[in-house]
Amino acid sequence: MKKPVRKRSSFNNQLLKIGSLSKRGLAGWLIIVGAILVIAIIVMTGISPWIRPYDPIAINVGPILAPPSNQHLFGTNDLGQDVFSRVLSGGGVMLQVSLLSVIVCLAIGVPLGLFASYAGGIPDRVVGLVMDSLYAFPGLVLAIAIAAMLGRGVINMALSIAVVYIPSYFRVIRSQVLSIKETSYIEAADAIGARNRTILSRYVLPNIVPSIVVVATVNFADAILTAAGLTFIGLGVPVTVPDWGLDLTSGQRLLTSGAWWVISYPGLMIILLALGFTLMGEGLSEMLNPRLEQ
Amino acid sequence: MNEETTDESHLLTVNGLTVEYWTRRGKIRAVENASLTLDKQETLGVVGESGSGKSTLGMSLIRLVPYPGRIVSGDINLEGQNIRKMKDEEMRDVRGRRISYVFQDPMTSLNPVEKIKDHFVELIQTHEPKVSKTQALERANQLFRDVGIQEERINDYPHQLSGGMRQRVMIALALALNPSVVIADEPTTALDVVVQAKILDLLNSLKNRYGMALILITHDLSIVLQRSDKIIVMYAGRIVEYASSIDLYSSTQHPYSQGLLKSIPNIELTDQKLEAIEGSPPDLLNPPKGCRFWPRCSFAMPECRMEEPPLFETKKNHLVRCYLYKDETNDQ
Amino acid sequence: MTSDEILRVEHLKKYFPVEKGFLERLLTSSRRFVKAVDDVSFSINKGEVFSLVGESGCGKSTTGRLVVRLIEPTSGQVFFEQQNITEIEKGAFREYRRKLQIIFQDPYASLNPRMKVGQAVGHPLEIHHLEKGDEERKKVMEILQRVGLTPPEQFINLYPHQLSGGQRQRIAMARSLILNPEFIVADEPVSMIDVSLRTTIIDLMLELRKEFDLTYLFITHDLAIAKYISNRIAIMYLGKIVEMGDKNEIFSNPMHPYTQALMSSIPVPNPERRREAIELKGEVSSAIDIPKGCRFNPRCPYADEKCRTTEPELIPVKPDHFIACLKAEVK
Repeated sequence: MKKPVRKRSSFNNQLLKIGSLSKRGLAGWLIIVGAILVIAIIVMTGISPWIRPYDPIAINVGPILAPPSNQHLFGTNDLGQDVFSRVLSGGGVMLQVSLLSVIVCLAIGVPLGLFASYAGGIPDRVVGLVMDSLYAFPGLVLAIAIAAMLGRGVINMALSIAVVYIPSYFRVIRSQVLSIKETSYIEAADAIGARNRTILSRYVLPNIVPSIVVVATVNFADAILTAAGLTFIGLGVPVTVPDWGLDLTSGQRLLTSGAWWVISYPGLMIILLALGFTLMGEGLSEMLNPRLEQ
Repeated sequence: MNEETTDESHLLTVNGLTVEYWTRRGKIRAVENASLTLDKQETLGVVGESGSGKSTLGMSLIRLVPYPGRIVSGDINLEGQNIRKMKDEEMRDVRGRRISYVFQDPMTSLNPVEKIKDHFVELIQTHEPKVSKTQALERANQLFRDVGIQEERINDYPHQLSGGMRQRVMIALALALNPSVVIADEPTTALDVVVQAKILDLLNSLKNRYGMALILITHDLSIVLQRSDKIIVMYAGRIVEYASSIDLYSSTQHPYSQGLLKSIPNIELTDQKLEAIEGSPPDLLNPPKGCRFWPRCSFAMPECRMEEPPLFETKKNHLVRCYLYKDETNDQ
Repeated sequence: MTSDEILRVEHLKKYFPVEKGFLERLLTSSRRFVKAVDDVSFSINKGEVFSLVGESGCGKSTTGRLVVRLIEPTSGQVFFEQQNITEIEKGAFREYRRKLQIIFQDPYASLNPRMKVGQAVGHPLEIHHLEKGDEERKKVMEILQRVGLTPPEQFINLYPHQLSGGQRQRIAMARSLILNPEFIVADEPVSMIDVSLRTTIIDLMLELRKEFDLTYLFITHDLAIAKYISNRIAIMYLGKIVEMGDKNEIFSNPMHPYTQALMSSIPVPNPERRREAIELKGEVSSAIDIPKGCRFNPRCPYADEKCRTTEPELIPVKPDHFIACLKAEVK
């Protein structure tokens, strides 16, 4: 399908324009810091097979519930697994889940939002009704319900998160499309004879990409936290995969016995990853909105 | 009048006013070294195009230049008092009571959730706390008669009034406290031509009746020529010509003023030959060196590109910022 | 119908339904409409500049959009080169877009912020499957040159926000001209441009008319500009034409009270001409509650009983001087 390619190239255009970030004040710094966090974590997860001291799912590589020490920087958990290694490797699931959910949202939410709101009338009303109903549910509850129906695994988690998030894309796109629809350049496109699909792809879509990007970053952050939540209640991945969410579950049980390190480090990583995306989203939003007003 | 004047017999005196906007992309000198005087019952027209600085000039007279603008230097003297030196509470008293401002767009300047009468009561009581509500309303009714709106409309909300009426309400509010100076910033741009004529006539008659001075800020040269006593022509933040309306018309001196006059269609003439001014207004972030108008000026000379000309007085009360007139200064 | 005629509009109407609140919809059955264009008829000859003049809200912009079918009329017909274009199906109408073009008022809003100048100006060629690639590029450069944006290479890769209002308006013109149209609706093309630059754009339009053999429907609220540029003018009030005809005739001999009031209110750049503006009572009525009879009667200094009950027709009082006023014959 042509659309994703075009989106990515206009996204690249955006990136190039964002190039001089540091000159843009606070917004620029937010993006830089956020991006550094996210990239650092991605890199860390990516090279983890080569830098981790132990196999993250191997049990009894050390004493059970040992506090942080020179051999086990972050200590060990109740299965004798090395927490540090698990922290290094445990981001993979979340990153995959959030990336997948964003892709699904873009693939479904963007065309849906574009076509329904540009068409107006009945399609807009019907789709809007569905979206509003979905939106009315508390996100996590809905995600849990869907995940429970679909089962465990990365793909199912991504799907349940996507379903929860598509309404947000729809809303943002809809409000943008509605205001763009009234502009003179859309009238002008009509006047030179452009067909609706051309208008949508070359006149409407490029102008809503900035807002989509912002929603996408918030989507990433939210997905991380939801994935952690789903895993926490057992709807995530099997124990054979190192995952921060799993560590949260076991770590929580162990808090009462004083083993704070099992939950804290994975928890911190989750927060940092979500924070990274949030900062990027805030910075982008801050940067793009004043620009649009100019 | 020289560039620097401290003559206290004028109602309003401005000397060397410079206003800058400190934006993310750099510093913009919206107004540079502006000086003017205004007397009772005088109408001063300030005319210029986008980026000329005319609105900024108007707003700085009541110290309401929006962020990120700031008055960098210069004096503003109202009835002998230095406005720039005033503290905030003093300034708040001046605004509305001694100098008032009629904004361009009456739609956004009135509070949509307040009835018109509340606008008046609030305004009057803020500045004169001893006035009772009844007295304030009486004054409002009188003002309504002055501006030609039916008294019952005072109970309406802004959205219930038409554009012309809203503008009249703004004028009435501007007069409520009997100011000495009223500044009207594009008071008629949003109105149709017939209503525009009425509003301008109204401002004029109220000015005469209450003995105020009026500053008319607009891009419409025809309006200022017909309605002001003297005119300031602004270009890229500078005053380029300052003269009585009759002098400005009969002996237009600055090439920009000449160009402007030649480019407006005159409805009373047939088969007019209009001439455009080449080029476009400069980027204020990166203005040309020397006279700001030289890139568009058909008379540009080498010295124009090097240094900005000062204001030359070519006859009494006719000033022009152009080297073409450097030998014509009127020695008093 | 003469063979000189390129456009004819007959009894054009456009009514916009007024949105009703929930309660209103329950309690009342009547529909209310904004009668933006209420029975407008006129014709334009080839090569002419025909100005449609009026204050904001009179329906002139809506009329312009109806003529190019950007919006569909509620009733009435538009004939272009003797063909009834209102009856043509939307898809088939695309062909006509090559001949009928429109330029908008706001140069800041009529260009796609995300399209480079070259892409925007060349897009019409792609849409109509004309030139592509290098051929397209060549045509784009040619047209940019003709609208005064030289050197064209400098402009094709710029985005609209990098250009001034005047330049943007030229680009809008280039975009309309690249298809070699025959008829252009210009909707207030200079009202948002600095005064000193307006003449350049207007003169450009007049030059292009000669070069491209164009006909213009020029929409404006500025009578002075209308006088400068047009051959014939029509003055609109609340959705109807009240006076129409040859420009010189109308300006030297305005007969409709509204036209007279308008002309007397327009400021003249001359301090010695303190004009006596004809006062009109009140303000323009809303287009939802149009006064009965002659719609101008509440403000007219000459209105009588008949004016309050009968709507005047647009009739010729001289060759090429039409007026809609019950008192016309008497004059």
